[in-house]
Amino acid sequence: MKKNTFELKVGLAEMLKGGVIMDVTNVEQAQIAEQAGATAVMALERIPSDIRKDGGVARMSAPQMIQAIKAKVSIPVMAKCRIGHFVEAQILQALKIDFIDESEVLTPADEANHIHKHTFHIPFVCGCRNLGEALRRIAEGAAMIRTKGEAGTGNIVEAVRHMRSVMTSIRQLQNMDPSELMAVAKKINAPYELVQKTAKLGKLPVPNFAAGGIATPADAALMMQLGAEAVFVGSGIFTSDDPEKRAQAIVQATTHYQDPDILLKISTGLKPAMPGIEISSLAEHEILQNRGW
Amino acid sequence: MKFCKTEGGNLPKVGVLALQGNFAKHAQKLQLLGIPYQYVKTSQDLAKCDALIIPGGESTTMSKLLELSNLGCAIQEFGTTNPIMGTCAGLILLSRKVDDPRVKPLGLIDISVKRNAYGSQLDSFITPLFCPFTKNRRCRGVFIRAPKIGHVAKNVQTIISQNNEPVMVRNKNIIALTFHPELTTELSVHAYFLGCAS
Repeated sequence: MKKNTFELKVGLAEMLKGGVIMDVTNVEQAQIAEQAGATAVMALERIPSDIRKDGGVARMSAPQMIQAIKAKVSIPVMAKCRIGHFVEAQILQALKIDFIDESEVLTPADEANHIHKHTFHIPFVCGCRNLGEALRRIAEGAAMIRTKGEAGTGNIVEAVRHMRSVMTSIRQLQNMDPSELMAVAKKINAPYELVQKTAKLGKLPVPNFAAGGIATPADAALMMQLGAEAVFVGSGIFTSDDPEKRAQAIVQATTHYQDPDILLKISTGLKPAMPGIEISSLAEHEILQNRGW
Repeated sequence: MKFCKTEGGNLPKVGVLALQGNFAKHAQKLQLLGIPYQYVKTSQDLAKCDALIIPGGESTTMSKLLELSNLGCAIQEFGTTNPIMGTCAGLILLSRKVDDPRVKPLGLIDISVKRNAYGSQLDSFITPLFCPFTKNRRCRGVFIRAPKIGHVAKNVQTIISQNNEPVMVRNKNIIALTFHPELTTELSVHAYFLGCAS
Protein backbone atom coordinates (compact mmCIF):
# COMPACT_ATOMS: atom_id res chain seq x y z
CA MET A 1 0.00 0.00 0.00
CA LYS A 2 1.32 3.42 -0.97
CA LYS A 3 0.44 6.68 0.76
CA ASN A 4 1.30 10.34 0.30
CA THR A 5 2.63 9.93 -3.25
CA PHE A 6 2.63 12.78 -5.77
CA GLU A 7 -0.04 10.84 -7.70
CA LEU A 8 -2.36 10.94 -4.67
CA LYS A 9 -1.66 14.63 -4.11
CA VAL A 10 -2.60 15.46 -7.70
CA GLY A 11 -5.53 13.04 -7.36
CA LEU A 12 -7.14 15.20 -4.68
CA ALA A 13 -6.59 18.31 -6.83
CA GLU A 14 -8.37 16.46 -9.66
CA MET A 15 -11.41 15.94 -7.43
CA LEU A 16 -11.69 19.70 -6.84
CA LYS A 17 -12.01 20.51 -10.55
CA GLY A 18 -15.10 22.31 -11.73
CA GLY A 19 -15.68 23.62 -8.23
CA VAL A 20 -15.24 26.64 -5.98
CA ILE A 21 -12.85 26.85 -3.03
CA MET A 22 -13.96 29.55 -0.60
CA ASP A 23 -12.05 31.60 1.99
CA VAL A 24 -13.70 31.38 5.42
CA THR A 25 -12.72 32.91 8.73
CA ASN A 26 -14.96 31.01 11.16
CA VAL A 27 -17.15 27.92 11.55
CA GLU A 28 -20.32 29.73 10.56
CA GLN A 29 -18.86 30.93 7.27
CA ALA A 30 -17.41 27.46 6.61
CA GLN A 31 -20.88 25.96 6.98
CA ILE A 32 -22.41 28.57 4.68
CA ALA A 33 -19.72 27.74 2.11
CA GLU A 34 -20.35 24.01 2.36
CA GLN A 35 -24.11 24.43 2.09
CA ALA A 36 -23.68 26.64 -0.94
CA GLY A 37 -21.75 23.85 -2.66
CA ALA A 38 -18.08 24.78 -2.13
CA THR A 39 -15.71 21.89 -2.91
CA ALA A 40 -13.30 23.00 -0.18
CA VAL A 41 -12.76 25.82 2.29
CA MET A 42 -9.62 27.85 2.92
CA ALA A 43 -9.47 28.50 6.65
CA LEU A 44 -7.80 31.80 7.50
CA GLU A 45 -8.05 34.40 10.23
CA ARG A 46 -8.51 37.40 7.96
CA ILE A 47 -9.68 37.47 4.37
CA PRO A 48 -7.20 39.11 1.97
CA SER A 49 -9.13 42.41 1.79
CA ASP A 50 -8.86 42.75 5.59
CA ILE A 51 -5.16 41.80 5.53
CA ARG A 52 -4.76 44.65 3.06
CA LYS A 53 -6.58 47.09 5.34
CA ASP A 54 -4.92 46.02 8.59
CA GLY A 55 -1.32 45.92 7.35
CA GLY A 56 1.33 44.40 9.61
CA VAL A 57 2.68 40.86 9.24
CA ALA A 58 0.18 38.24 8.07
CA ARG A 59 0.99 34.74 9.34
CA MET A 60 -0.47 31.23 9.37
CA SER A 61 -3.84 31.13 11.16
CA ALA A 62 -4.13 29.88 14.72
CA PRO A 63 -4.38 26.06 14.78
CA GLN A 64 -7.46 26.03 17.03
CA MET A 65 -9.36 28.13 14.48
CA ILE A 66 -8.48 25.74 11.64
CA GLN A 67 -9.25 22.77 13.89
CA ALA A 68 -12.71 24.13 14.73
CA ILE A 69 -13.57 24.48 11.03
CA LYS A 70 -12.15 21.05 10.23
CA ALA A 71 -14.42 19.54 12.88
CA LYS A 72 -17.58 21.03 11.39
CA VAL A 73 -17.31 20.54 7.62
CA SER A 74 -17.02 17.37 5.55
CA ILE A 75 -15.33 18.94 2.52
CA PRO A 76 -11.52 19.30 2.32
CA VAL A 77 -10.00 22.03 4.47
CA MET A 78 -7.06 24.07 3.20
CA ALA A 79 -4.93 26.59 5.05
CA LYS A 80 -2.21 29.05 4.12
CA CYS A 81 1.41 29.21 5.18
CA ARG A 82 3.89 31.97 4.38
CA ILE A 83 6.12 31.59 1.33
CA GLY A 84 9.23 29.71 2.45
CA HIS A 85 7.91 29.10 5.98
CA PHE A 86 8.30 25.33 6.06
CA VAL A 87 7.70 25.12 9.80
CA GLU A 88 4.23 26.63 9.45
CA ALA A 89 3.71 23.97 6.78
CA GLN A 90 4.95 21.25 9.17
CA ILE A 91 2.41 22.44 11.75
CA LEU A 92 -0.40 22.43 9.18
CA GLN A 93 0.59 18.90 8.21
CA ALA A 94 0.51 17.83 11.87
CA LEU A 95 -3.00 19.33 11.97
CA LYS A 96 -3.93 16.90 9.16
CA ILE A 97 -5.57 19.43 6.92
CA ASP A 98 -6.07 18.37 3.30
CA PHE A 99 -4.15 21.02 1.31
CA ILE A 100 -1.60 23.76 2.05
CA ASP A 101 -1.54 27.04 0.12
CA GLU A 102 1.97 28.52 0.13
CA SER A 103 0.53 31.95 -0.35
CA GLU A 104 1.66 35.44 -1.33
CA VAL A 105 -1.34 36.77 0.62
CA LEU A 106 0.66 36.17 3.81
CA THR A 107 3.91 38.04 4.45
CA PRO A 108 6.78 36.00 2.93
CA ALA A 109 9.19 34.34 5.37
CA ASP A 110 11.90 33.72 2.77
CA GLU A 111 12.48 36.01 -0.19
CA ALA A 112 14.87 33.61 -1.95
CA ASN A 113 13.37 30.14 -1.49
CA HIS A 114 9.96 28.59 -1.66
CA ILE A 115 9.21 25.47 0.40
CA HIS A 116 10.62 22.16 -0.87
CA LYS A 117 7.14 20.68 -1.13
CA HIS A 118 8.12 17.15 -2.18
CA THR A 119 9.25 16.40 1.38
CA PHE A 120 5.69 16.92 2.69
CA HIS A 121 2.89 14.36 2.77
CA ILE A 122 0.21 16.99 2.27
CA PRO A 123 -0.44 18.40 -1.20
CA PHE A 124 0.45 22.05 -1.87
CA VAL A 125 -1.09 24.70 -4.10
CA CYS A 126 0.99 27.70 -5.19
CA GLY A 127 0.27 30.90 -7.09
CA CYS A 128 1.78 31.94 -10.40
CA ARG A 129 1.77 34.87 -12.81
CA ASN A 130 3.14 33.02 -15.82
CA LEU A 131 4.21 29.60 -17.10
CA GLY A 132 7.77 29.82 -15.81
CA GLU A 133 6.60 30.53 -12.26
CA ALA A 134 4.02 27.72 -12.47
CA LEU A 135 6.63 25.18 -13.59
CA ARG A 136 9.12 26.26 -10.90
CA ARG A 137 6.48 25.62 -8.24
CA ILE A 138 5.55 22.26 -9.77
CA ALA A 139 9.23 21.29 -9.78
CA GLU A 140 9.31 22.07 -6.05
CA GLY A 141 6.35 19.74 -5.56
CA ALA A 142 3.14 21.78 -5.95
CA ALA A 143 0.23 19.48 -6.84
CA MET A 144 -2.00 22.34 -7.96
CA ILE A 145 -1.33 25.74 -9.50
CA ARG A 146 -3.53 28.81 -9.25
CA THR A 147 -3.17 32.27 -10.71
CA LYS A 148 -2.03 34.84 -8.17
CA GLY A 149 -4.31 37.56 -9.48
CA GLU A 150 -4.38 40.42 -6.99
CA ALA A 151 -6.00 39.05 -3.83
CA GLY A 152 -8.43 41.14 -1.82
CA THR A 153 -9.17 43.64 -4.59
CA GLY A 154 -12.33 42.15 -6.10
CA ASN A 155 -10.72 43.14 -9.39
CA ILE A 156 -10.37 40.31 -11.91
CA VAL A 157 -7.87 42.03 -14.21
CA GLU A 158 -4.72 40.50 -12.70
CA ALA A 159 -6.11 36.94 -12.62
CA VAL A 160 -7.05 37.35 -16.29
CA ARG A 161 -3.55 38.63 -17.07
CA HIS A 162 -1.97 35.63 -15.32
CA MET A 163 -4.28 33.00 -16.82
CA ARG A 164 -3.87 34.49 -20.30
CA SER A 165 -0.10 34.48 -19.86
CA VAL A 166 -0.03 30.80 -18.83
CA MET A 167 -2.45 29.63 -21.54
CA THR A 168 -0.80 31.67 -24.32
CA SER A 169 2.60 30.25 -23.40
CA ILE A 170 1.20 26.71 -23.46
CA ARG A 171 -0.35 27.26 -26.88
CA GLN A 172 2.99 28.59 -28.15
CA LEU A 173 4.82 25.54 -26.76
CA GLN A 174 2.45 23.22 -28.58
CA ASN A 175 3.38 24.76 -31.93
CA MET A 176 7.12 24.60 -31.38
CA ASP A 177 9.72 22.29 -32.76
CA PRO A 178 11.11 20.04 -29.98
CA SER A 179 14.57 21.52 -30.57
CA GLU A 180 13.26 24.93 -29.53
CA LEU A 181 12.08 23.89 -26.07
CA MET A 182 15.45 24.21 -24.33
CA ALA A 183 15.64 27.86 -25.35
CA VAL A 184 12.17 28.37 -23.86
CA ALA A 185 13.21 26.65 -20.64
CA LYS A 186 16.20 28.98 -20.45
CA LYS A 187 14.11 32.05 -21.17
CA ILE A 188 11.32 31.38 -18.67
CA ASN A 189 13.63 29.90 -16.00
CA ALA A 190 11.76 26.62 -15.85
CA PRO A 191 12.99 22.99 -15.74
CA TYR A 192 13.42 21.58 -19.26
CA GLU A 193 11.60 18.31 -18.46
CA LEU A 194 8.51 20.18 -17.30
CA VAL A 195 8.58 22.43 -20.38
CA GLN A 196 8.69 19.27 -22.54
CA LYS A 197 5.87 17.69 -20.56
CA THR A 198 3.68 20.80 -20.81
CA ALA A 199 4.27 21.01 -24.57
CA LYS A 200 3.27 17.36 -24.94
CA LEU A 201 0.16 17.55 -22.73
CA GLY A 202 -0.99 20.94 -24.02
CA LYS A 203 -1.75 21.84 -20.40
CA LEU A 204 0.03 22.20 -17.07
CA PRO A 205 1.14 18.85 -15.60
CA VAL A 206 -1.08 19.54 -12.53
CA PRO A 207 -4.56 21.10 -12.23
CA ASN A 208 -4.65 24.79 -13.12
CA PHE A 209 -7.04 26.90 -11.03
CA ALA A 210 -7.88 30.62 -10.92
CA ALA A 211 -7.63 32.90 -7.88
CA GLY A 212 -7.23 36.55 -6.94
CA GLY A 213 -10.04 39.02 -7.57
CA ILE A 214 -13.06 36.83 -8.36
CA ALA A 215 -16.15 38.63 -7.01
CA THR A 216 -19.09 37.71 -9.25
CA PRO A 217 -20.56 34.65 -11.02
CA ALA A 218 -19.46 36.24 -14.30
CA ASP A 219 -15.87 36.55 -13.00
CA ALA A 220 -15.84 32.82 -12.18
CA ALA A 221 -17.25 31.89 -15.60
CA LEU A 222 -14.75 34.20 -17.30
CA MET A 223 -11.82 32.43 -15.64
CA MET A 224 -13.28 29.02 -16.56
CA GLN A 225 -13.70 30.04 -20.20
CA LEU A 226 -10.11 31.29 -20.23
CA GLY A 227 -8.93 27.80 -19.22
CA ALA A 228 -9.13 27.58 -15.43
CA GLU A 229 -10.21 24.16 -14.17
CA ALA A 230 -11.73 25.52 -10.93
CA VAL A 231 -11.78 28.77 -8.97
CA PHE A 232 -10.85 30.14 -5.56
CA VAL A 233 -12.96 32.95 -4.14
CA GLY A 234 -11.32 34.84 -1.31
CA SER A 235 -12.82 38.11 -0.20
CA GLY A 236 -15.58 38.17 -2.82
CA ILE A 237 -18.19 36.19 -0.89
CA PHE A 238 -18.15 37.32 2.72
CA THR A 239 -17.62 41.02 1.94
CA SER A 240 -20.71 41.04 -0.28
CA ASP A 241 -24.19 41.89 0.99
CA ASP A 242 -25.63 38.39 0.52
CA PRO A 243 -22.92 35.77 1.07
CA GLU A 244 -25.22 32.68 0.90
CA LYS A 245 -26.81 33.62 -2.37
CA ARG A 246 -23.60 34.87 -3.97
CA ALA A 247 -21.69 31.75 -2.89
CA GLN A 248 -24.31 29.50 -4.46
CA ALA A 249 -24.45 31.61 -7.63
CA ILE A 250 -20.66 31.40 -8.06
CA VAL A 251 -20.82 27.61 -7.59
CA GLN A 252 -23.48 27.38 -10.30
CA ALA A 253 -21.57 29.74 -12.59
CA THR A 254 -18.45 27.58 -12.31
CA THR A 255 -20.44 24.54 -13.46
CA HIS A 256 -22.47 26.24 -16.18
CA TYR A 257 -19.72 28.62 -17.31
CA GLN A 258 -20.46 28.03 -20.99
CA ASP A 259 -24.20 28.71 -20.78
CA PRO A 260 -25.04 32.46 -20.89
CA ASP A 261 -28.76 31.79 -20.28
CA ILE A 262 -28.03 30.06 -16.98
CA LEU A 263 -25.41 32.72 -16.11
CA LEU A 264 -28.02 35.42 -16.67
CA LYS A 265 -30.48 33.65 -14.42
CA ILE A 266 -28.07 33.17 -11.51
CA SER A 267 -26.59 36.68 -11.83
CA THR A 268 -30.02 38.28 -11.55
CA GLY A 269 -31.19 39.61 -8.18
CA LEU A 270 -27.89 39.45 -6.32
CA LYS A 271 -27.16 42.23 -3.84
CA PRO A 272 -24.07 44.41 -4.46
CA ALA A 273 -20.70 42.69 -4.79
CA MET A 274 -17.67 43.85 -2.81
CA PRO A 275 -16.68 47.42 -3.84
CA GLY A 276 -13.30 46.47 -5.22
CA ILE A 277 -10.03 48.32 -5.74
CA GLU A 278 -8.50 49.72 -8.91
CA ILE A 279 -5.03 48.14 -9.24
CA SER A 280 -3.31 51.40 -10.29
CA SER A 281 -4.38 52.94 -6.98
CA LEU A 282 -2.21 50.45 -5.08
CA ALA A 283 1.29 51.44 -4.03
CA GLU A 284 4.18 49.17 -5.03
CA HIS A 285 4.41 47.65 -1.53
CA GLU A 286 0.69 46.87 -1.57
CA ILE A 287 0.95 44.61 -4.62
CA LEU A 288 0.80 41.03 -3.31
CA GLN A 289 1.48 39.20 -6.58
CA ASN A 290 5.13 40.30 -6.63
CA ARG A 291 5.84 38.25 -3.51
CA GLY A 292 7.63 35.02 -4.39
CA TRP A 293 9.24 34.50 -7.82
CA MET B 1 -26.05 -3.43 -23.61
CA LYS B 2 -22.80 -3.94 -25.50
CA PHE B 3 -21.02 -0.70 -26.25
CA CYS B 4 -17.88 -1.85 -28.01
CA LYS B 5 -19.13 -4.65 -30.20
CA THR B 6 -22.14 -3.22 -31.96
CA GLU B 7 -22.29 -4.20 -35.60
CA GLY B 8 -22.42 -1.16 -37.81
CA GLY B 9 -24.74 1.72 -37.10
CA ASN B 10 -24.12 4.30 -34.43
CA LEU B 11 -22.29 3.50 -31.24
CA PRO B 12 -24.35 4.27 -28.16
CA LYS B 13 -23.32 7.47 -26.40
CA VAL B 14 -22.04 7.57 -22.84
CA GLY B 15 -22.77 10.63 -20.70
CA VAL B 16 -20.30 11.89 -18.12
CA LEU B 17 -21.91 13.96 -15.37
CA ALA B 18 -19.95 17.23 -15.48
CA LEU B 19 -21.40 19.29 -12.62
CA GLN B 20 -18.14 19.08 -10.67
CA GLY B 21 -15.24 16.69 -10.20
CA ASN B 22 -12.80 14.85 -12.42
CA PHE B 23 -15.20 14.22 -15.29
CA ALA B 24 -12.46 14.99 -17.84
CA LYS B 25 -10.47 11.91 -16.77
CA HIS B 26 -13.48 9.66 -17.39
CA ALA B 27 -13.99 11.28 -20.78
CA GLN B 28 -10.35 10.51 -21.59
CA LYS B 29 -10.95 6.80 -20.87
CA LEU B 30 -13.99 6.75 -23.15
CA GLN B 31 -11.95 8.43 -25.85
CA LEU B 32 -9.23 5.76 -25.52
CA LEU B 33 -11.92 3.07 -25.82
CA GLY B 34 -13.31 4.76 -28.92
CA ILE B 35 -16.70 5.41 -27.33
CA PRO B 36 -18.63 8.59 -28.15
CA TYR B 37 -19.31 10.63 -25.03
CA GLN B 38 -21.17 13.72 -23.96
CA TYR B 39 -20.78 15.91 -20.89
CA VAL B 40 -24.01 16.06 -18.91
CA LYS B 41 -24.93 19.27 -17.07
CA THR B 42 -28.68 19.37 -17.72
CA SER B 43 -31.51 16.90 -18.25
CA GLN B 44 -31.47 17.82 -21.95
CA ASP B 45 -27.87 16.58 -22.14
CA LEU B 46 -28.84 13.35 -20.38
CA ALA B 47 -31.63 12.71 -22.87
CA LYS B 48 -28.99 12.28 -25.59
CA CYS B 49 -27.19 9.50 -23.69
CA ASP B 50 -27.51 5.73 -23.38
CA ALA B 51 -25.37 5.30 -20.27
CA LEU B 52 -23.94 7.59 -17.59
CA ILE B 53 -20.78 7.89 -15.52
CA ILE B 54 -20.91 9.89 -12.28
CA PRO B 55 -17.33 10.94 -11.47
CA GLY B 56 -15.42 11.56 -8.27
CA GLY B 57 -15.47 15.01 -6.74
CA GLU B 58 -17.26 16.45 -3.74
CA SER B 59 -20.57 14.70 -3.11
CA THR B 60 -21.99 17.69 -1.18
CA THR B 61 -21.31 19.95 -4.17
CA MET B 62 -22.80 17.57 -6.72
CA SER B 63 -25.79 16.87 -4.47
CA LYS B 64 -26.42 20.62 -4.14
CA LEU B 65 -26.20 21.17 -7.91
CA LEU B 66 -28.55 18.24 -8.56
CA GLU B 67 -30.97 19.69 -6.04
CA LEU B 68 -30.94 23.07 -7.81
CA SER B 69 -32.05 21.51 -11.11
CA ASN B 70 -34.33 18.70 -12.24
CA LEU B 71 -31.31 16.61 -13.24
CA GLY B 72 -31.44 14.47 -10.08
CA CYS B 73 -34.93 13.20 -10.90
CA ALA B 74 -33.92 12.68 -14.52
CA ILE B 75 -30.97 10.50 -13.44
CA GLN B 76 -33.24 8.48 -11.13
CA GLU B 77 -35.53 7.71 -14.02
CA PHE B 78 -32.63 7.10 -16.42
CA GLY B 79 -31.16 4.60 -13.95
CA THR B 80 -34.21 2.37 -13.92
CA THR B 81 -33.13 1.01 -17.30
CA ASN B 82 -29.80 2.53 -18.42
CA PRO B 83 -26.32 1.60 -17.20
CA ILE B 84 -24.80 4.00 -14.65
CA MET B 85 -21.35 3.79 -13.06
CA GLY B 86 -20.42 5.96 -10.09
CA THR B 87 -16.91 6.33 -8.69
CA CYS B 88 -16.24 7.67 -5.16
CA ALA B 89 -18.58 10.69 -4.88
CA GLY B 90 -20.53 9.03 -7.71
CA LEU B 91 -21.02 5.94 -5.53
CA ILE B 92 -22.24 8.13 -2.68
CA LEU B 93 -24.82 9.73 -4.97
CA LEU B 94 -26.01 6.37 -6.34
CA SER B 95 -26.47 4.83 -2.87
CA ARG B 96 -29.65 4.37 -0.88
CA LYS B 97 -28.38 5.81 2.40
CA VAL B 98 -25.54 8.16 3.40
CA ASP B 99 -24.35 8.72 6.97
CA ASP B 100 -24.48 12.48 6.39
CA PRO B 101 -27.61 14.65 5.89
CA ARG B 102 -25.58 17.07 3.77
CA VAL B 103 -25.82 14.64 0.85
CA LYS B 104 -29.13 13.55 -0.63
CA PRO B 105 -28.49 10.27 -2.48
CA LEU B 106 -30.43 9.13 -5.55
CA GLY B 107 -31.19 5.67 -4.16
CA LEU B 108 -30.33 3.73 -7.30
CA ILE B 109 -28.39 0.94 -5.56
CA ASP B 110 -29.29 -0.51 -2.19
CA ILE B 111 -26.14 0.15 -0.17
CA SER B 112 -25.38 2.43 2.75
CA VAL B 113 -22.28 4.64 2.65
CA LYS B 114 -20.00 6.35 5.14
CA ARG B 115 -18.25 9.43 3.73
CA ASN B 116 -14.50 10.09 4.19
CA ALA B 117 -14.36 6.81 6.07
CA TYR B 118 -10.59 6.38 5.95
CA GLY B 119 -9.77 9.86 7.27
CA SER B 120 -8.20 12.97 5.76
CA GLN B 121 -6.04 13.32 2.64
CA LEU B 122 -3.09 11.90 4.62
CA ASP B 123 -4.99 8.60 4.75
CA SER B 124 -5.57 8.43 0.97
CA PHE B 125 -3.80 5.38 -0.53
CA ILE B 126 -3.05 3.29 -3.61
CA THR B 127 -3.22 -0.51 -3.40
CA PRO B 128 -3.44 -3.46 -5.82
CA LEU B 129 -6.90 -5.07 -5.88
CA PHE B 130 -8.07 -8.56 -6.86
CA CYS B 131 -10.22 -7.94 -9.90
CA PRO B 132 -12.24 -10.89 -11.31
CA PHE B 133 -12.81 -9.42 -14.77
CA THR B 134 -9.27 -8.59 -15.91
CA LYS B 135 -6.90 -11.09 -17.54
CA ASN B 136 -4.28 -10.91 -14.78
CA ARG B 137 -6.97 -10.63 -12.09
CA ARG B 138 -5.51 -7.38 -10.84
CA CYS B 139 -6.25 -3.69 -11.00
CA ARG B 140 -4.94 -0.57 -9.27
CA GLY B 141 -7.08 0.91 -6.54
CA VAL B 142 -6.62 4.65 -6.02
CA PHE B 143 -8.53 5.68 -2.89
CA ILE B 144 -8.79 9.45 -2.25
CA ARG B 145 -10.63 10.59 0.89
CA ALA B 146 -12.68 7.55 0.01
CA PRO B 147 -16.06 6.46 1.36
CA LYS B 148 -16.78 2.98 2.72
CA ILE B 149 -19.72 0.80 1.84
CA GLY B 150 -21.63 -0.31 4.93
CA HIS B 151 -24.79 -2.35 4.45
CA VAL B 152 -25.12 -4.22 1.14
CA ALA B 153 -28.62 -5.44 0.20
CA LYS B 154 -29.20 -9.02 -1.02
CA ASN B 155 -29.77 -7.93 -4.61
CA VAL B 156 -26.37 -6.20 -4.70
CA GLN B 157 -23.35 -8.20 -5.76
CA THR B 158 -19.85 -7.43 -4.46
CA ILE B 159 -17.37 -7.47 -7.34
CA ILE B 160 -14.16 -6.25 -5.69
CA SER B 161 -13.22 -6.21 -2.02
CA GLN B 162 -10.33 -4.75 -0.10
CA ASN B 163 -9.55 -6.05 3.42
CA ASN B 164 -12.83 -8.01 3.25
CA GLU B 165 -14.80 -4.82 2.69
CA PRO B 166 -16.68 -4.25 -0.58
CA VAL B 167 -15.18 -1.51 -2.77
CA MET B 168 -16.97 -2.28 -6.05
CA VAL B 169 -20.59 -3.41 -6.14
CA ARG B 170 -23.23 -3.98 -8.77
CA ASN B 171 -26.95 -4.43 -9.10
CA LYS B 172 -27.75 -5.21 -12.73
CA ASN B 173 -27.22 -1.95 -14.66
CA ILE B 174 -25.87 0.07 -11.70
CA ILE B 175 -22.17 -0.18 -10.80
CA ALA B 176 -20.57 1.69 -7.91
CA LEU B 177 -16.92 1.93 -6.80
CA THR B 178 -15.24 3.65 -3.87
CA PHE B 179 -11.95 4.04 -5.80
CA HIS B 180 -10.84 5.87 -8.95
CA PRO B 181 -10.14 3.72 -12.05
CA GLU B 182 -10.08 6.94 -14.09
CA LEU B 183 -6.89 8.07 -12.32
CA THR B 184 -4.91 5.01 -13.46
CA THR B 185 -3.62 4.08 -16.92
CA GLU B 186 -5.90 1.00 -16.94
CA LEU B 187 -9.04 0.73 -19.05
CA SER B 188 -10.45 -2.48 -17.54
CA VAL B 189 -13.13 -1.03 -15.24
CA HIS B 190 -14.51 1.23 -17.96
CA ALA B 191 -14.44 -1.65 -20.44
CA TYR B 192 -16.27 -3.83 -17.90
CA PHE B 193 -18.91 -1.15 -17.43
CA LEU B 194 -19.40 -0.88 -21.16
CA GLY B 195 -19.86 -4.61 -21.46
CA CYS B 196 -16.78 -5.25 -23.52
CA ALA B 197 -14.50 -6.73 -20.88
CA SER B 198 -12.32 -9.50 -22.30
